[in-house]
Amino acid sequence: MASAIGSLPQHPETTEKSRPVPENSEANGGAGCPAQDPDVGSHGADPLPGKKDLFIEADLMSPLDRIANVSILKQHEVDKLYKVENKPALSSNEQLCFLVRPRIKNMRYVASLVNADKLAGRTRKYKVIFSPQKFHACEMVLEEEGVFGDVSCDEWAFSLLPLDVDLLSMELPEFFRDYFLEGDQRWINTVAQALHLLSTLYGPFPSCYGIGRCSKMSYELWRKMGEEEDGETKGRRPEIGHIFLLDRDVDFVTALCSQVVYEGLVDDTFRIKCGSVDFGPEVTSSDRSLKVLLNAEDKVFNEIRNEHFSNVFGFLSQKARNLQAQYDRRRGMDIKQMKNFVSQELKGLKQEHRLLSVHIGACESIMKKKTKQDFQELIKTEHALLEGFSIRESTSYIEEHIDRQVSPIESLRLMCLLSITENGLIPKEYRSLKTQYLQSYGPEHLLTFSNLRRAGLLTEQAPGDTLTAVESKVSKLVTDKAAGKITDAFSSLAKRSNFRAISKKLNLIPRVDGEYDLKVPRDMAYVFSGAYVPLSCRLIEQVLERRSWQGLDEVVRLLNCGELAFTDMTKEDKASSESLRLILVVFLGGCTFSEISALRFLGREKGYRFIFLTTAVTNSARLMEAMSEVKA
Amino acid sequence: GPLLQSERPSTPGARARSGLGLMNRTKGDEEEYWNSSKFKAFTFDDEDDELSQLKESKRAVNSLRDFVDDEDDDDLERVNWSGEPVGSISWSIKETAGNSGSSQEGREQLKSRNSFSTYTQLPKPASTYSLSSFFRGRTRPGSFQSLSDALSDVPPKSYAPELGRPKGEYRDYSNDWSPSDTVRRLRKGKVCSLERFRSLQDKLQLLEEAVSMHDGNVITAVLIFLKRTLSKEILFRELEVRQVALRHLIHFLKEIGDQKLLLDLFRFLDRTEELALSHYREHLNIQDPEKRKEFLKTCIGLPFSAEDSAHIQDHYTLLERQIIIEANDRHLESAGQTEIFRKHPRKASILNMPLVTTLFYSCFYHYTEAEGTFSSPVNLKKTFKIPDKQYVLTALAARAKLRAWHDVDALFTTKNWLGYTKKRAPIGFHRVVEILHKNSAPVQILQEYINLVEDVDTKLNLATKFKCHDVVIDTCRDLKDRQQLLAYRSKVDKGSAEEEKIDAILNSSQIRWKN
Repeated sequence: MASAIGSLPQHPETTEKSRPVPENSEANGGAGCPAQDPDVGSHGADPLPGKKDLFIEADLMSPLDRIANVSILKQHEVDKLYKVENKPALSSNEQLCFLVRPRIKNMRYVASLVNADKLAGRTRKYKVIFSPQKFHACEMVLEEEGVFGDVSCDEWAFSLLPLDVDLLSMELPEFFRDYFLEGDQRWINTVAQALHLLSTLYGPFPSCYGIGRCSKMSYELWRKMGEEEDGETKGRRPEIGHIFLLDRDVDFVTALCSQVVYEGLVDDTFRIKCGSVDFGPEVTSSDRSLKVLLNAEDKVFNEIRNEHFSNVFGFLSQKARNLQAQYDRRRGMDIKQMKNFVSQELKGLKQEHRLLSVHIGACESIMKKKTKQDFQELIKTEHALLEGFSIRESTSYIEEHIDRQVSPIESLRLMCLLSITENGLIPKEYRSLKTQYLQSYGPEHLLTFSNLRRAGLLTEQAPGDTLTAVESKVSKLVTDKAAGKITDAFSSLAKRSNFRAISKKLNLIPRVDGEYDLKVPRDMAYVFSGAYVPLSCRLIEQVLERRSWQGLDEVVRLLNCGELAFTDMTKEDKASSESLRLILVVFLGGCTFSEISALRFLGREKGYRFIFLTTAVTNSARLMEAMSEVKA
Repeated sequence: GPLLQSERPSTPGARARSGLGLMNRTKGDEEEYWNSSKFKAFTFDDEDDELSQLKESKRAVNSLRDFVDDEDDDDLERVNWSGEPVGSISWSIKETAGNSGSSQEGREQLKSRNSFSTYTQLPKPASTYSLSSFFRGRTRPGSFQSLSDALSDVPPKSYAPELGRPKGEYRDYSNDWSPSDTVRRLRKGKVCSLERFRSLQDKLQLLEEAVSMHDGNVITAVLIFLKRTLSKEILFRELEVRQVALRHLIHFLKEIGDQKLLLDLFRFLDRTEELALSHYREHLNIQDPEKRKEFLKTCIGLPFSAEDSAHIQDHYTLLERQIIIEANDRHLESAGQTEIFRKHPRKASILNMPLVTTLFYSCFYHYTEAEGTFSSPVNLKKTFKIPDKQYVLTALAARAKLRAWHDVDALFTTKNWLGYTKKRAPIGFHRVVEILHKNSAPVQILQEYINLVEDVDTKLNLATKFKCHDVVIDTCRDLKDRQQLLAYRSKVDKGSAEEEKIDAILNSSQIRWKN
C-alpha cells in the first residue's frame, strides 16, 4: 500500500515529509486538495511493501472515509483494518501500519505492541504514519520505550478536508483545548502550513486581517514559511482578495448560544460529524439509521440550511406539495409521455422525495426533543442574558436546571454564558452554583471548574476589591520582576470579557420595532431569532467595511486584543475585482454553523463570497466537553 | 474472518435484495484504473519525467471524472444496518471487530453482508468530495474556478518543495547549525542534534528562538532537551520568567504523566492550588473504591481554597458512605428478604454517583429509615447540608416514581402553631405538578396540586395540558369567563360528565359572566 500511506524516506530516522502528488488526488474520489491525498506520492518506494494490517485511530476514520474507501486501501495491499484502541492486537500479519494523530498514548500503544512481540521473539515490520504531522514528543516516547528504530515514522499532511463548497475543516477538535486551555502552540505550525498551501494554490492574499494571539502567531509563522520558500507565490495572481483570522476566545458568547438555524440545530441535536450525520430510527421512521451527507449537493438541505428553523416547515411542506403535483402529472399521460417521464424526471423526483422525507423526519424529531426540554424557556433565558436583563431570574433558571440534573453540559454552558455576559459571577452566586453543580453531577467536576476559570469561560468577580484596583495591582505585578509569579487566576481576572460594553459599541442587540421578520431577515441577528448579531461576524463585517481596524480601537481594547489586532495590505494591482469579493475566514478554535450562516447572509447582502477554514466545526456542547475533566 | 480477505461477487439478486441503489462501477473498473500504466512508480529521481507524468495522470483523472459524473449515480449509497456506507472504512473496521465476537449483531451483519457484494460500489461522486465544486459556475478564463484548475497552472514544485532541494540537505548532520537554523530544521520535523548547545546561555538562546517561532512542537522539543540536560532547579528558575515555554512544559508533563516533576514544578512556582488539583486529579485513575477512598483522604489536607477544601472533604465523606450503603444493600438484595429490592431490583451500584443521585437512591430505598443510619435521606441532608429545595425536589421525584402518593402529600404538608395544616412547596407547585405528571400520577392527585398553583394563568395552562377538566371548568367559572368555558366545551367528549357540568354552569343564572 505504498502509495496510500506515503513514501518511505531514505532514512527512516530523518523522516522527510512526504509531499503528496496533487494530480492523483481525484483518483480516489479525492479531496482535490493535494496535501491530503492519502495516495501520497512515490508509488514505487513502498514504505511497507506487501500485505499489511492497518490500524486507524478512531478520530481519523471519518475524515478518511470522506476521501478514500476500503477498496482503495485494498489496492495497497491492506489486509485487515483495525481501530487503534487500548487492547492487544489480534493481528497475525507480518507488517503493521498505524495511521494516528501524534499523541503520546498512541505511541505507548505502539510501543507496547512492539515490546510484546519482542518478548515473544517475534519480528515484524512496523510503520507509524502521523497525521497531519509528527511531534518530537512522540519520537521521544518511542525512544524511551526502546522501540525507536524498530518503528519507522512517516507523516501524512492531511490537514484540509473540504466539507462543502465553502467550508474547509482541519478536523482538529483538540486544537481548542490544547491552545485555549493548555496554552500549547503545537498546532500553529499545522495552521500555518494549511495557509501556506492555500496561498500556493490561490496566490497571495492582498489583504490580511486578524485578531487574537493565536491568529497573530499563525500569521507570522505562515509569513516566515513564505519567505523561506521565496518565489513560489511571486507573480501569482491573487484569487482570494482577503483573509481574516480570528481566535475563538475573541468571541465565546456566540459559540455558547443555542443554535436555531437549521444546520446549526441539526448539529446541536444530532451532531454533524465530518459533514455527515447519523439519523436514527426516530428520523428515518424505520428500524435502521441512515448516514446522510449534508452539503450543497443535497438540494433540499441547501435551501433550508441557513434558514431560521421557524421557516423550515413551511418550506418543506411547499416542496412536498410541488413534488406531489409533479408525480400527479403521470395521470393522463400516454405511453410515450410516460416513458419520457420515467426516463427523464422520475429519478430526480425520487431523489427529491428521499431528501424531503429525511429532512421532514429530522424536523419532527427536533421538534419533539425541543418541546420536551422546554426550548422556549431556554431561549428566553439566553436572550435575557445576552441583553443583560432579569439576571436574577436567569440565575434561578440555571439553578433549577442543575437541581433537576438536566444535562450537565447544558447547565455548564448556561453558567458560562452568564459569566461572560456579566464579566464573571458575583462570588456568592459562583460558590452557590458551583456547590450545587458538584452535588448534582459529581464532585470531580471541581477540575472542570478549574479548567473553565483558566480558559476565562467561567470566572468569579474579585470579592470586595473593585476590578480596576485589582487590575492595577496586576499591571504593577507585570512590570515587577516577579512577572512569572502571576497566577492564572490573576491573568484571567485581568482578561475581563467586557461583553456588555462591546455589545453596545458594536450594536449587537438590534433594536426591534415590532416583530422581527425571520422570513425576511434584515441583519445577521436572524441566526439568533433577531436577538443578537454574532460578535465574531460583526467584527468581520466592520473590518471589511473599513478595510482596516481603524475606528475600532475601543472595541479591540475591550476585547483585550490591544496588540493583537493586525492588518497587512500588500499593494496588489493584479487582484481582479472579482477576487476582491472573495474572503477566506479562518477560525482558530472552531466555528459554528450559525456563524457560517450569518456570514453567508452578509455575503449575499454585500456581494461578498465567504470561504471558511476552521480547525473544526464546533458548538456549545463540544466546547464544554473539551473543558470537562470527566470523560463520559 | 475479516472482510477484506474474501471476495463476494455482486449478483443481480444481491442488488435486488439490498433494496438500495447500487453504483455501477465494479472492482474491475477500479483495478484497471489503478493498475493502468499511467500510474507508474514515482521516485524522487528524474524530476522532469515525473512532472510530465503527473500532468498526464491529471488529464486521465479529469476525463474519468467526466465519466463518473455521467454515470447513473443514483446517489443512494449502500449502507449497512447501522447506517454506515458499505465499503467505508468505519464500516469495515466494525466488521473486523464484529467478526471476532459472535454476538447477535455480528451474525446479523454477516448475514446482511452476504447479500451485498463486497467490492462493488465505492466510487463516490467526485463532485461531492472534491474542492473542484468550490466555485463552480465561473467561466471566464483566468477567473477563480476550482482547485483542480488552480492546480494546473501552478508550478508543481510548490506542492513538493522538498523535491527541488539539493539532496545533500537530507543527509546533513552538521553540528554547526545556528539556533535559528536548528529551530527551523526542528520545525520541519528533521532530526537535528541539540548536543552542541551546552552552555546555559546557548540553551536559553535556543529556547527563545523556538518561542519566537511560535511552533509549540519545536518549543516542546527544546524543552525535552533542556529537561534532560539541566537540573530541575535551573530549569524551573529559567522557565518561571518564560511563561510560554512554561505552559508547554506543564502540558508536556501532564501528557506524559510525569506527575512527580509536575508537582515539583508547581511547588517551585508556589502555585499551591494547581498543585492540589493536580494531585486530586489522580483519583480518576483509581478504580477500586476502597483505594480511591484512601487516596481522597490524602487530598483533604492539600492547599485548596477554603471553598474547595470543603468540596474535597465532602467527596471523601460521600464515597465513604456509598461504600457502606453499597455493601449493605448488595447484601439485602441478594438475601431476597426485603420487599423494595425484590420489587425494584437495583440497576447499578451507587458507588461514585453524585450526591443528588445518592439522595434519590436513598429516598427510593431507605425513605423511612431513622436519621441515625448512614443511608437515611435525612442523614444525607444533614451531613451534606443539602438545601431544602434540592431535598424536596429529589424526594418528590423518588416517591412519585414509587407512586407513594401519601409520602408526596406529607412532603408538602406543614402544621402551623395552631395545629392547622397547610400545603407549602419550596419549589413552586407548578414544578410539583410537572414532576408528578412525568411519573404518571392519577388525575385526582394532579388535580389537587394544580389547585395549589397560585398564578391563575399557569393553573389554567397546566390543567388544560394535563386534562384536569374539573380544575379548568371551576377556574373559568370563578373567573366568570363564559367565552373560555364555551371554548373548552368543544374540547371535551360529547355526552361526558364534563360536558354536563359545563352546561349546568352555563345555564346557571347565579353567575354574572364578564363576557
